Amino acid sequence: MNFLSIFVLIPLVMLLALWLVKGQNAIRAVMAVGSTALLGLAVYLTVIFLSDRAAGADAPMLYTASFDWFTPLHIKYSVGVDGISVAMLLLSGVIVFTGTFVSWDMCKEYFLWFTLLSLGVFGFFISVDMFTMFMFYEVALIPMYLLIGVWGTGKKEYSAMKLTLMLMGGSAFLMCGIFGIFYGSGGQTMNIIEIATQTGGATAIALPEQLVWFPMTFVGFGVLGALFPFHTWSPDGHASAPTAVSMLHAGVLMKLGGYGCFRIAMYLMPEAAHELAWIFLILTGISVVYGAFSACVQTDLKYINAYSSVSHCGLVLFALLMMNETAGTGAIIQMLSHGLMTALFFALIGMIYGRTHTRDIREMSGLMRIMPFLAVGYVIAGLGNLGLPGLSGFVAEMTIFVGSFQHEDTFHRVFTILACSSIVTTAVYILRMIGKILYGKCTNEHHLALTDATAVERFPVIVLICCIAAIGLAPFFVSGLVNDGVVPIVKHILAAAV
Amino acid sequence: MDYQYTLLILCLPIVSFLILGLAGKWLSHRVAGLIGTLSIGAVAVLSYYTAFAYFGARGADGAFATLVPYNFEWLPFYIGNLHFDMGIMLDPISVMMLIVISTVSLMVHIYSFGYMHGERGFQRYYAFLSLFTMSMLGLVVATNIFQMYMFWELVGVCSYLLIGFYFTENPAIAASKKAFIVTRFADLGFLVGILVFGYYTGSFSFDFTESFTYAAGALHGVAPDASKAVAAGGFILPTALFLMFIGGAGKSAMFPLHIWLPDAMEGPTPVSALIHAATMVVAGVFQVARMFPMWIQYAPETLHYVAWIGAFTAFYAAAVAMAQSDIKRVLAFSTISQIAFMMVALGVCMPGHEGAVIDNHGSLGYMASMYHLFTHAMFKATLFLCAGCIIHAVHSNEMSAMGGMRKYMPVTHITFLIATLAISGIPPFSGFFSKDEILAASFAYSPVMGWVMTAIAAMTAFYMFRLYYGIFWGTENKELHEELKAHGHFGEAPAVMTLPLVLLTLFTVFMGWTLPGTFGSYVSATGQPYEIHLDLQIAVTSVVIACVSIALATWIYVRSSQPVAERMKAAMPRLHEWAYRRFYLDEVYQFVTHRIIFALISTPIAWFDRHIVDGALNGLASGANYIGESIRPLQSGRLQQYAYVFLMGIVIVFFIMII
Repeated sequence: MNFLSIFVLIPLVMLLALWLVKGQNAIRAVMAVGSTALLGLAVYLTVIFLSDRAAGADAPMLYTASFDWFTPLHIKYSVGVDGISVAMLLLSGVIVFTGTFVSWDMCKEYFLWFTLLSLGVFGFFISVDMFTMFMFYEVALIPMYLLIGVWGTGKKEYSAMKLTLMLMGGSAFLMCGIFGIFYGSGGQTMNIIEIATQTGGATAIALPEQLVWFPMTFVGFGVLGALFPFHTWSPDGHASAPTAVSMLHAGVLMKLGGYGCFRIAMYLMPEAAHELAWIFLILTGISVVYGAFSACVQTDLKYINAYSSVSHCGLVLFALLMMNETAGTGAIIQMLSHGLMTALFFALIGMIYGRTHTRDIREMSGLMRIMPFLAVGYVIAGLGNLGLPGLSGFVAEMTIFVGSFQHEDTFHRVFTILACSSIVTTAVYILRMIGKILYGKCTNEHHLALTDATAVERFPVIVLICCIAAIGLAPFFVSGLVNDGVVPIVKHILAAAV
Repeated sequence: MDYQYTLLILCLPIVSFLILGLAGKWLSHRVAGLIGTLSIGAVAVLSYYTAFAYFGARGADGAFATLVPYNFEWLPFYIGNLHFDMGIMLDPISVMMLIVISTVSLMVHIYSFGYMHGERGFQRYYAFLSLFTMSMLGLVVATNIFQMYMFWELVGVCSYLLIGFYFTENPAIAASKKAFIVTRFADLGFLVGILVFGYYTGSFSFDFTESFTYAAGALHGVAPDASKAVAAGGFILPTALFLMFIGGAGKSAMFPLHIWLPDAMEGPTPVSALIHAATMVVAGVFQVARMFPMWIQYAPETLHYVAWIGAFTAFYAAAVAMAQSDIKRVLAFSTISQIAFMMVALGVCMPGHEGAVIDNHGSLGYMASMYHLFTHAMFKATLFLCAGCIIHAVHSNEMSAMGGMRKYMPVTHITFLIATLAISGIPPFSGFFSKDEILAASFAYSPVMGWVMTAIAAMTAFYMFRLYYGIFWGTENKELHEELKAHGHFGEAPAVMTLPLVLLTLFTVFMGWTLPGTFGSYVSATGQPYEIHLDLQIAVTSVVIACVSIALATWIYVRSSQPVAERMKAAMPRLHEWAYRRFYLDEVYQFVTHRIIFALISTPIAWFDRHIVDGALNGLASGANYIGESIRPLQSGRLQQYAYVFLMGIVIVFFIMII
C-alpha cells in the first residue's frame, strides 16, 4: 500500500476505535493518539519529501499510486504529493491536532464527525484524481452540517443549513465543471497530471468549452474560498460553529477552495484562466477590501474574524490569479499563515466565550488582567493578523504584494495597491477589538471571577503560536517547499498564454 | 574584515526579550531589570567598540568603506535580483546610529530602574524595551530596503505596546491605537514605494554603486538599475522615493501625519525619551538619508518639496509648542519641530556639478542633518528624562503644578538648563554647532529658507525657555508642593535617575568641540572628510536672535506673576485657543475617521453585506421555499383530485392529437 494512504487510514481506524470505546478518557486517548499520529505522519512526509527532492526526485508528484475504482468512467483512486500538498497536509495535521485538544470535553458523536471531517480533508490533499478529490471534498462538507447544527451556538440550525446549502450549491457547479473537464479533454482520464500533460503540454480542452467550465469550477471552489459575493455563509457559519469546527473550517476547509481553484481550474484550463482572470480579480479585490471594511464595524468577535477571513482568503485567490511564481508562492504561504492564525483566533475566541458567555465586544473589557494568558495569545494572534514581522502573516503578504506588483499589466498593479490598503484597515479592526475587550478596566463584575486558561487549553495555543512564529522567522524553508509545487503549475499556465 | 561580533548587537537584546517575555513572571523586578540593562550594556560596549574600530580605519581615499559582515537571503521572491535579505551593514551613518541608539537606550534602561520602581508590569516593560532596541538596531544596519521596512514595522509595534503600557487607562489605549494606525497608514506609502522601486529598478539593495565590501559568505547585493526606471518614465523614481518618504513622514511626524506623536506621550516618560524623541521618530530622517544617493541623483526637485514640508512642520510645531501647558506635550512638539529641521537639512541638498552628483558642498545638509540627529538625540533625551524626574516628583504633567522647582531639584535643573541652551543654539553646546550647519545649508539653498529656519530657531529658543521658566521659576504651586513634602517624597530624584541625566549632558556639553576633527570628518555625503567651518555671519545672527528670544522669554516668564503673558493671552484669545488646541487638526482626523470612514464606508458595506448580498441568497432560499409550498397542494393524497387531474390530462392530450 502506498504510504500516503495512511493519511486516510488513520482517521478510518480512529473512527472504528471511537465506535468501539466507551468513556471520556478512552475517547480522548483515541483522539490524542490518532491526531498525534496524523501530525507525526505529516511531519515525516515533509522531511522525506524534502530529502527526496534534494536527492533529485523531480517528478511533478511524488509517491504516486493508482488503483482502478470505477473503470467505465476512468475513476481511479490516485494519490501523490507535491510541495503544495505537503504544506497543506502539514497545516491540516497541525489544525486537527490542536483542534482535538480544544474540543477536549466533547462527546463521542462529536468526535466521530470531527474525525470524518479530517478524513475528507486529508483525502482531498493527497488525491490527484479529480473525482476522488471531489468525493473527499463532499466527505468533508457533510459532517460540517451536523457539527454546527447539533453542537453549535446561536441560530445554529439556520447557519448550518445556509452553510451546507451554499457549499452544496458550489459543489453542484463544481461537479459540472469536473465532468466538463473530463469529457472536454477526451474522456480518457480523471487524473489531473495526465490531463495536463497528455497532449504534450497543449490544453486538450477547446477554448469555448473552457470558457464554460472554468467559471463553473472556479466559482464552485471559490464559494469555499469565500469569493465575493458567495462568502456570506462564512460569518454565520463560523459564528455558530463550535470552536474546533470553526478552526478546522476556517483553517483548512477554506483552503480547499484556493487549492482547488489553482490545481484544477487554473492548471487544467489555462487559456480560460487568462481570458477570465480579470473578472475574478475584481471580485477577489473586492473581497479583500470589502471584508476588511466590514470587519471594522462588527461587534461579535467571531464575525470580526470571519470577515477578516474573507479579506485574507480573498488575498489568496487574488494572488493566484496574478499567475506568476512569486504571487503563487505567496498565496500558498498565505493559506498556511491564515490557516494557522485564524485557527488560533477561533481557539482563543472559543475559550474566552466559554468563560464570559458573550462574544459581544461591547460587553467585555479589561480581560488582560483577568485572563493574561488568553489575552496575550489574543494580542499575538491579532498582531500576526495585521502583519507583524516575525510572524507568518508578514511573510505571506509581502510575497504576495511583491509578486503581484511584478505583473506587467498596469491594471493588475493598480489592483495590487488597492489590496495593499488592506494592511491599514486590518490594523484598524484588530486594534479596535483588542482595545475594547482586553485593555481598559473590567466593568462587568461577573467577569472578575473568571479564570485563565487550563493546561489543556494552553497547549494548542502554544503549538499554534510556535508554528506561526516558525514560518515568520524562517520563511525560506516554507517558501522553498511551496515554491516547488507552484513552479510547474505556473509554468504550465504561462506556457498556455503564449 | 572582522566585524562578526556585530551579530551580537542584534542577538543580545532579543535574548533578553525572550527571557523577560517568557519567564518574566517568575523573575523579581531587580533581576528582570538587570537582565535587560546588562544586555543593553553589552550592546553599548560592542557598539562603541565597533565605532572605534570602524572610524579608526579610514580607507586609502579618505572615505570609510561600507562593510557588510552578514547578508543572507531570508525570503526568496524568485524574480531576478529581488529578494528579501537580512544582514548587517556598517557605514558611517549606521555606525553613528548604533552609538545613538545604544547610548540612549542604556541610559533609559538605567533610569527606568528608578522611574518604574514598583510598577506593575515592570518585567513586561523591560522586555518591550529590549525588543524595541533590537528592532531599532536592525533598522539602522539594514542592508536593503525591505529589511528596513520589516524592522520599521517592528519598531512601530513596540511603540504601540509601550505607549499602551498603562493599558487600563483609556487615554493610553486611544493614543497607542492612534499612533499605530496613523503610522500604518503612512507605511502603506512606504510599502507601495518599495514595490514601485523594486519593480522598476529590479533590486531592493542599498548597494547603489556596488561599492560595498562583503564578508566571505555574505550574499552580494545587486545595484538597483535606475536607468531602467528612468527609461520607463522620469517621474517614476521621484514618485517611488516620495512614497517612501510618506512612510518616513509618518514615523518622523511630519505635518499632517504628526498627530500621533503628542498623544504618544501617554506612555511612560523614559519611553518617550527613547522612542519618541531620540530614536524611532528619526527613522524617517534616517530613511531619507539612506536613500540619499537616489534622491539627489534622480529626484532633486522632489527633495526640495521635502524641505518645504519640513519647514512648514517646523513652524507649525513651534507655534503649537508655545501654547501648550503639559510639559511633555511641549517637548513633543519641540521634537516634531527639531526633526523637521533635520528633514529640511536633507531637503535643501543640491546636486553637485556634472560628473559628481554628490559633493560635500551641495550636500552639506546631509551632514548637517545627521549631526543634528546625533546632538538632538542626546539633548532631547536629557530633556525628556528631566521631565520624567519632575513628573515623578509632582505627579502631574501640567506646568501649573510646578514652578520654582529649581530649589528642590538642583541636578535636574542644571541638566535641563544645559539641554535647553543646546536646543536653543547657544554655544558651546552641541545644538549650536549642528543647528548652525542646518542654517548654513538652508541659506545656501535659498535665503528665504534660511531666514524662515532662523525665525523658527528663534521660536524654539522662546518656547523652550518658556517651558524652562514655567517649571523651574515662575509661579510656584506652593500648596501642592507643601502637601507633597508632607508625604515625604518630594525633591531630587534618586541617583539612578540623575546619573543618566548627567551622562547625557556630558555629550551635549562636549560633543560640539572636543571631537577629534569635526563631525563632518566622520559623516558626510560623499564619505570624504568635510571640515566644518563656522560661517560667522550665520552663527552670530542665529546666536543673537536666540539670545533676544531668550531675553524675551525671561522678561515674560521668569517672575512669579506674569502680567505680560496674561495680557498677551487676553489680547489674542482666539490665536491662543487655536494654538492650544493644535489648530483643531485632531478634530479633523476624528471627523474623517468616525464620520467618514466608519459611518460612510464601513457601516454601509456591512449593511450591504447583511441585507443585499446575503438578502439575495436568503431571497433565493425563500423563493425556492415558496415554489415548493405552491406545488405542494398537488400532492394532496385525495383520490378524487388525482382522478380529476388525470381526466383533464387525457382530455387535453386528445385535443392536441385531434388538432
